[in-house]
Amino acid sequence: MAAFFVRRTLGAALVCIAVTFIVFVIFIVVPGGDPAQRIAGKNATGQNIINIRHSWGFDRPFYVQYWNMLKKMFTGELVSYTSQQNVLQQIKQGMPATFSLTIGAGVIWLFFGILVGVIAAVTAGRISDRVITVLALIGISLPVFWLGIIARYYLAEGGATTFFPDGEYVPISNSPFQWFWHLVLPWAVLAVLFVGFYGRVLRGNILDTINEDFVRTAKAKGLAPRRILVKHVLRTSLIPIVTLFGLDFAAVLGGGAILTETVFDLHGVGQYAAQSINNFDLPPIMGVTMYGAFFIVSFSVLVDLFYAYLDPRIRPT
Amino acid sequence: MADRATESEFTLDTAAELAAAEPESAAIRGRSPWFLAWRRLRRNYIAFAFLALFFLVLIACALAGVYARDVAHTGPNTNHILEIVKVNGHSQSVLSSGGYISKSTGKACQSGQTDCILVSSLPIAPTWFSGGGKFVLGADQNGRDIAVRLLYGGRNSLIVGIGSSAICIFFAVVLALLAGYFRGWADFVITRFFDLFYAFPVVLLGIALGSALAINGFHHWGVNIQSGSLWIPTLVISYVLIPYVGRPLRGQVLSLREKEFVEAAIAQGANPLRIMFTDLLPNIASSVLVFFTLIIANNIVLEAGLSYLGAGVQPPTPSWGTLITDGQTLIVTRPWLALAPGIAIILTVLSLNVFGDGLRDALDPRAKVKVEH
Repeated sequence: MAAFFVRRTLGAALVCIAVTFIVFVIFIVVPGGDPAQRIAGKNATGQNIINIRHSWGFDRPFYVQYWNMLKKMFTGELVSYTSQQNVLQQIKQGMPATFSLTIGAGVIWLFFGILVGVIAAVTAGRISDRVITVLALIGISLPVFWLGIIARYYLAEGGATTFFPDGEYVPISNSPFQWFWHLVLPWAVLAVLFVGFYGRVLRGNILDTINEDFVRTAKAKGLAPRRILVKHVLRTSLIPIVTLFGLDFAAVLGGGAILTETVFDLHGVGQYAAQSINNFDLPPIMGVTMYGAFFIVSFSVLVDLFYAYLDPRIRPT
Repeated sequence: MADRATESEFTLDTAAELAAAEPESAAIRGRSPWFLAWRRLRRNYIAFAFLALFFLVLIACALAGVYARDVAHTGPNTNHILEIVKVNGHSQSVLSSGGYISKSTGKACQSGQTDCILVSSLPIAPTWFSGGGKFVLGADQNGRDIAVRLLYGGRNSLIVGIGSSAICIFFAVVLALLAGYFRGWADFVITRFFDLFYAFPVVLLGIALGSALAINGFHHWGVNIQSGSLWIPTLVISYVLIPYVGRPLRGQVLSLREKEFVEAAIAQGANPLRIMFTDLLPNIASSVLVFFTLIIANNIVLEAGLSYLGAGVQPPTPSWGTLITDGQTLIVTRPWLALAPGIAIILTVLSLNVFGDGLRDALDPRAKVKVEH
């Protein structure tokens, strides 16, 4: 167990470093405009740009630049090229919104995903299954930002009706009610895609599991159908869902819900990433990439551990 | 193999089907798995209906030029700011001057109304078919015909979606074959590469690459891609799903690699390339086909998302994603500008998803496993 932990942690750290290195190299190779010119502004003189290039270290070899950036990242001194704001500070500012969005949407999509999947599987072939299957397919076919735009127009203040507030994030410390009320639409919009996806996966898993020998044994023992479903079928079928949920949750937590955050103007980490990308602002992109990779990598370790707990046949290796 | 006794021993679906399809006396002919899959697929009317829908979209988008020339009499990027069209015999300007517009009705504000916003100009509303084919879905803020743009945009979205999926599948298959056939260090490197991809914020990188290349194009190593080229979103989107396809395919190749026919091929002295492409590839072809269908669906949505963030197809070139972005600014007064491309995406993606599901059910014999009640 200790060996598993040490190895996975080392591997995770290595992946994070590799990911930032690749992003760095790509930004050096891809012409995104000279950062010195961006810092200097429109009316800069040639000497001005050369000075900036020197003081920011753009004239150094790229591995030195990368090393310096990595050092700054770990000491929290990474500063944006365009706005000259501290990257760590900006990410910290975005985290409450991103975390609120992720946790709320995660609860919704996990709950409804499981509910929908179980109902569809239990009533397989009947009308409720058909309806759920169609709805789930429509759910996974929706472009999330389009759904967000339409939801805002038809349900929020910007458009036809004024039922929900229109976007923006309200900190929970300001007003728990407003926090909740502002997040209802983003939660629902973000969850729709996952509900459809999880419902489909779970339905398939349950239908596979129902035909397993141990379920037949349980039936032969005379267990109640509900008990078989919950204790035997569902417990096995949920294992792949755990993996999916862990990785999806981590991705959204790591700023992956860029579109939802942008459409609803939540000022989360994802939106910060999108804005930095539009400005070709390398330091924030590096920061957000590291931040996102950290969540994905650490959640995949957690998922493996949880896996071993759920399925005694699997040992973490 | 054609011996009935051995086949009934297996009690495979395929064997049962063969037996059911043939009269008792007739000799059983060998039938390929593809034939059996096709027969299963043929019974799935829903999948076929949605395949037809997809082809309908495909044909409509392919005929964008014809529609533009003969029905709408305009191009996808032609502005009609000062023009006047006849709708039901009444003259209407394509772009009316703005003013206060009611949010709830989308019409000019009456005095006393409170839900009004000021707009700078108001494009013509959908004329449906009373405008003689012009501005069927209305115009945008530049007076461009939205119906024409929708068809041209669909063409671009489909080109990007299908093209990127083809590239993605190609690399995923090659990597899976290499990893599964050579195993050892090749497998190690390729699997680590897939692992790295999982932790990689690929969409973030896609946005970064897309917007960086959109400005300057790509001019390295003898490759010249202009900044507005559809190649940029196609290539940027293509790599995103490689590990998601490559990993399961690698698993399949690994297990096929243990089969006797591969051993036989090696014993015959076939070279690795031949084994990979003539022995292994046909055996994973059905999975590849299903993945291809589902990935096109996924990539069309991805293109729309990238274009929404300004990192996909670049204006003025239309695509369903850019059309939604354009439509968002006018959604209060002309909701159809955003609704129409969204509905187009949903129909296309839904049809691919439903057909892909049907295809998988038909190709995977396990799909016949049904619940016992």
